Amino acid sequence: MDKRFYSQPGDRIETVDPVLVSRYRRFTRANHWVTAASLIVLLLSGMALFSPSLFFLTGLFGGGQTTRWLHPFVGILLFFSFLLMFVQLWRLNLPRPEDVTWVGHIGDVVKGQEEKLPELGKYNAGQKFIFWAMSALIVVLIGSGVMIWEQYFPHLVSIPVRRWAMLIHSLAAVAIILTFILHVYAAIWTRGTIRAMTRGTVTGGWAWRHHRKWLRELAGREGRGPAK
Amino acid sequence: MDPNLDSPRTAAANPPIQPMPANLGAGDVIRASAMPDLAPPQRQLTPVAKLIDVSKCIGCKACQSACAEWNDTVPPIEENVGSYQNPSDLGPEMFTLMRFSEYENPNGDFEWLIRKDGCMHCTDPGCLKACPAPGAIVQYSNGIVDFIHENCIGCGYCVTGCPFNIPRVSKTDHKSYKCTLCSDRVAVGQGPACAKACPTQAIVFGHKDDMIAHAEERVADLKSRGYENAGIYDPAGVGGTHVFYVLHHADQPALYSNLPEDPRISPVVEGWKGITKKVGLAAIGIAAVGSILHGLLGRANRVTAEDDREAEEYVEHSLPPGRS
Ligand code: HEM
Ligand code: SF4
Ligand code: SF4
Repeated sequence: MDKRFYSQPGDRIETVDPVLVSRYRRFTRANHWVTAASLIVLLLSGMALFSPSLFFLTGLFGGGQTTRWLHPFVGILLFFSFLLMFVQLWRLNLPRPEDVTWVGHIGDVVKGQEEKLPELGKYNAGQKFIFWAMSALIVVLIGSGVMIWEQYFPHLVSIPVRRWAMLIHSLAAVAIILTFILHVYAAIWTRGTIRAMTRGTVTGGWAWRHHRKWLRELAGREGRGPAK
Repeated sequence: MDPNLDSPRTAAANPPIQPMPANLGAGDVIRASAMPDLAPPQRQLTPVAKLIDVSKCIGCKACQSACAEWNDTVPPIEENVGSYQNPSDLGPEMFTLMRFSEYENPNGDFEWLIRKDGCMHCTDPGCLKACPAPGAIVQYSNGIVDFIHENCIGCGYCVTGCPFNIPRVSKTDHKSYKCTLCSDRVAVGQGPACAKACPTQAIVFGHKDDMIAHAEERVADLKSRGYENAGIYDPAGVGGTHVFYVLHHADQPALYSNLPEDPRISPVVEGWKGITKKVGLAAIGIAAVGSILHGLLGRANRVTAEDDREAEEYVEHSLPPGRS
């Protein structure tokens, strides 16, 4: 079989009339939602300790002591869950020449004038940015998080280092929450995207509009594949 | 206690035999952790202080025993590691610790420097600034900084915030502990248990002004006896402290088991609890509200009928006949 450039094993055209394209396998979708759920729990439990005005959020987890206890464990879960996504997705998130053109036309992106943009593979530069920002921030968060984990690692680092870890953890948390908002917003704004992570498929029109090279590759593979 | 005195002036007085109400309570709190809009206190108490005159200490640890006795703590039994220092560190069950250091002075003479370590009751307490739990750390108008354990969540931020490395989080109940300056004794007109137990009066307690005056006398005395660098350790970087020292080598506090030269709340902690929170919350708030508004009012990026048709055409053409 031909080498894939723009698609992932498992991506294929599922039906032709109407065109439905399979974008994420069941495993990847489950993986994504575990990651998303842990991030939301981390965000709520972390923000509870971040600001006195949000301390009431500890009520969601049964009080301050349990919130403090729960947060780092969910952090570990997030790390491994994301790691599993990372090994599946990193290759198609590598930068490509068309990303530069896409970023150059960011005004058209915001206006939704897709016809002025280059044809893209499975991900656009915005999606790639979110992928790499999440990857880097999660590494920073787990690294700094372990250093400030009083219950299990009180003496892992000296107190001056711990102060830096605390500051970095807070800054990285703010950054990842902003990234998360951007991610959710983009998924909703680009109508027809959410179903990729719920049902696993997208419509042909969606693929044509946003990820044409990806669609072309899948169609080409179907065309030239061995007869079934 | 004299009814005109709101705080005890000495640790030497004996307690009254009749029960008395506590004279230190919620109405005396001037600052509380994670409670920026705290109501102002109803009255101003006279600031108190404990003075530790290191030059008078004989290292008997009566104070340590008295502390464990009064607070009903049981420090774990440890190994002897060749020092009288025991236990080896402050802990959730040991709020004060005699730290023993051996110093050879420039004349080649040996000096045994024994410092009673414990919470300094800072006027600008880093622990309180760092703590995320409302009301887990309070500061009273008499200067005492106290941990209110039922509000503590065990996160250890106080450890990160304290410039003196004092608080210790318990492995059993996951709450943070340190010297209370015997706030429960002070409330009923008694000085701290350590000060009461000290046989040489190296530890004295009273109003801060009185203690400063006493410390100055002590410094003058030490200077007259050849300790020209004797002085008071009441560090201004944390706004002064309500536990303070007379040191024979006040020019080198680090000699006394690394007593910090110029302690203050670390700028990293200030940055973490200050600008990071303000800017971070604002950025998250604007991003969240902005994207919701834009999502409701703005125009979404929709797939057109044209897109669907073109996709269908393209796919149909590239597939082998018969597949649908
Ligand atoms: C999406 C990921 C994460 C977010 C959004 C997040 C957010 C936060 C926030 C906002 C705080 C409060 C900081 C402050 O008070 O200024 C915090 C505290 C903390 N975080 Fe995270 N965090 C994340 C991941 C992690 C990870 C991976 C660990 C790993 C061990 C971790 C461990 C901790 C610890 C130990 C604390 C101190 C409070 C506690 O003990 O529960 N966090 N986090
Ligand atoms: S010495 Fe540390 S624990 Fe004590 S009041 Fe100062 S900052 Fe808080
Ligand atoms: S451990 Fe307790 S006292 Fe210390 S910062 Fe956390 S909540 Fe506050």
